[in-house]
Amino acid sequence: MGYEFDFSAVLTDQYIDWLLAGLRVTLLLTAGAWALSFVVGTALAVLRATGFRPAVWFVSTFVEIHQNIPLLVQILFWYFAMPEILPESWREWLNRNNSEFILAMIAIALCHAAYISEALRSGLRAVPVTQYEAGRSFGFNYIQTMAYIVVPQALRLSIPPLVNHSLLLFKNTSIAIAIGVHELTYQTRQIDSDTFRTFEIFLVATVLYLVLSFIIMAVGNLAERRLGMGVR
Amino acid sequence: MIRFDKVNKWYGPDVQVLNDITAEVNKGEVVVLCGPSGSGKTTLIRTINRLEPINSGTITVNGQETHAKSVDVNRLRRDIGFVFQQFNLFPHMSVMDNITLAPRKLRGMSRAEAEEKARTLLVRVGLEDKAGAYPSQLSGGQSQRVAIARSLAMDPPIILFDEPTSALDPEMVGEVLAVIKGLAHTGITMMCVTHEMGFAREAADRVWFLDKGVLLEDAKPDAFFSSPRHPRAQRFLADLRH
Amino acid sequence: MLEIIQNNWMLLLIGQYPNGPLGGIVATLLLAIAGLALAFPVAVLLAVARISPFRWVSLPAAAIVHVVRGTPFLMVLFWSYFALPVLIGRPLSGFWTLVGALVLYESAYLAEVIRAGIQALPKGQEEAARSLGFGYFRTLALVILPQALYNSLPALIGQFVSLIKETSLGYVISVNEFTYAAAQLNSQLLVQPVEVFTILAITYFIICFTLTQSARWLEQRIARSRQGRPGRREAQPQTDILATEPMP
Repeated sequence: MGYEFDFSAVLTDQYIDWLLAGLRVTLLLTAGAWALSFVVGTALAVLRATGFRPAVWFVSTFVEIHQNIPLLVQILFWYFAMPEILPESWREWLNRNNSEFILAMIAIALCHAAYISEALRSGLRAVPVTQYEAGRSFGFNYIQTMAYIVVPQALRLSIPPLVNHSLLLFKNTSIAIAIGVHELTYQTRQIDSDTFRTFEIFLVATVLYLVLSFIIMAVGNLAERRLGMGVR
Repeated sequence: MIRFDKVNKWYGPDVQVLNDITAEVNKGEVVVLCGPSGSGKTTLIRTINRLEPINSGTITVNGQETHAKSVDVNRLRRDIGFVFQQFNLFPHMSVMDNITLAPRKLRGMSRAEAEEKARTLLVRVGLEDKAGAYPSQLSGGQSQRVAIARSLAMDPPIILFDEPTSALDPEMVGEVLAVIKGLAHTGITMMCVTHEMGFAREAADRVWFLDKGVLLEDAKPDAFFSSPRHPRAQRFLADLRH
Repeated sequence: MLEIIQNNWMLLLIGQYPNGPLGGIVATLLLAIAGLALAFPVAVLLAVARISPFRWVSLPAAAIVHVVRGTPFLMVLFWSYFALPVLIGRPLSGFWTLVGALVLYESAYLAEVIRAGIQALPKGQEEAARSLGFGYFRTLALVILPQALYNSLPALIGQFVSLIKETSLGYVISVNEFTYAAAQLNSQLLVQPVEVFTILAITYFIICFTLTQSARWLEQRIARSRQGRPGRREAQPQTDILATEPMP
């Protein structure tokens, strides 16, 4: 391997600008999809917790569909197929407003919402029934028992899987390259084809991803230690 | 056969689990260890086969210093049977395989020979019809009897019992104690951590009483139960009678 | 939609084979199977290294796992695409490039599954084997790994589903597999994206859902085989808290 590394070729002002632009899109995509997925995921978990049959059926179908189809296929579906189904006016609005980014964000968010609702549900199931019974025997009603005793414990139990899926969501924003969203992986490839310094630029990009991932893991650990159940 | 000489074990400066234990168990003897929970009796018995390390002192088994660096711990353990409170049978193996695993893999015994021996042991613990069963199909008492047979399969000169009946429902304690009593005074050296004082009275040659890591009494069962010397032993026995 | 399947089922099933490289659903499944088969032994080694009492063994293993977990699969795929041919000194087909990436990425995830399986075993299992006189590695091989791997079987199937889903990313570097075949078909037909991508999604769903369901079935079976031991003081299995009193 007579390869000589030359980082100066890829770390010029121009390419740093490209990288930062990609990083910005990756972070925006992560933040947008993350927020949306938590809102939808929580709504799904609550809907399922009602025990109302059609609601349970709807949520479990939603979850199975989004967990058993590759995220890339979901993104391609939203990009290629969804606009055909949507009303004309929506399609025009999308085309005017960076449709790739918005559609990728929706696809990523809905897919991960399925996982988030499952994480919340498994947290709820992990709270011992005796906790619920203890609440009821104090004289709390169903809602009060859930709100004061069960849900706070369930949330804490859900922290590890929630952190895990937040990390996966961040990593999965790279799949948006498939529909041409100008995120970090996309810009990396652009710089690569501009400079042919493949190893250098991919090393830089990988380190960027790693640093951000480690930050998410560290925040997750902190959350778990602050709010988690600790060792018992 | 087993000698403790100034054995100490501690976790940090404040928690002394074993405090200068010095005592000896003779060949073929049956020693029962008792004491309140947290007294260090389980820790003590686990130091003999090095499941627990010690901080100072020596433990000698059959003339060999067990905690010496040069000792092959795996070789040492082949000759010391150990029966756990939670049985710890291997759930992925049949009763027969649980018993024959060590003789076959460690003593190089043929399968036929090992199974022959296992059958004899199963008769001895009264479970000759359970050879093909899996641990999940056994009751607690049956599991513990299989665990005893598993330990005996290596023909150990010493067998250690760590609260062998504490995880059992009351109606199953008797069958396990009967098996252990049957082993006593057959030439095998036995140490048993237990709260079953009836068993101690009937089967033990000596009773050791530990409290807070200190060996407070080492007496014949008659003497220990009728006139314990140490006030803490007196209180322990009084509490048991309630 | 049926007409599209009727006219193109060969392309979707096996790609351009035998006139071109194998593709389609068959390639997707072969990719996932090859990836799992090669990643599995690596994962067992990684998991065992990760729980090693020697820090010089466990630390590098932990570092590998964390770096892989922190890297997007696409990045791993691009590394496999650029670096593997350089490392082995000859060009690599798209199929093996993707398998290489899958092995690299999934070994780390599988290793964590197996490690969890090992650490979920009661400490007494190791102590019992060690007390009989078995050494560290024989205890692992005879007592710990057989149980840990059996107990993690459902999770391993789940990981296989992940592998199948990850093969779709071969599309990005034009590996012949199912998603790539569907994308080709889409650009051939031009005007029927809804139909084409629905077929693609439904097919993946059928394959993955079947596997997920069988993993669940297996999980229940394994859980049941561990219960029903009379005469033991064991914690009662917890029932679903929400099943006890549905909300009005």
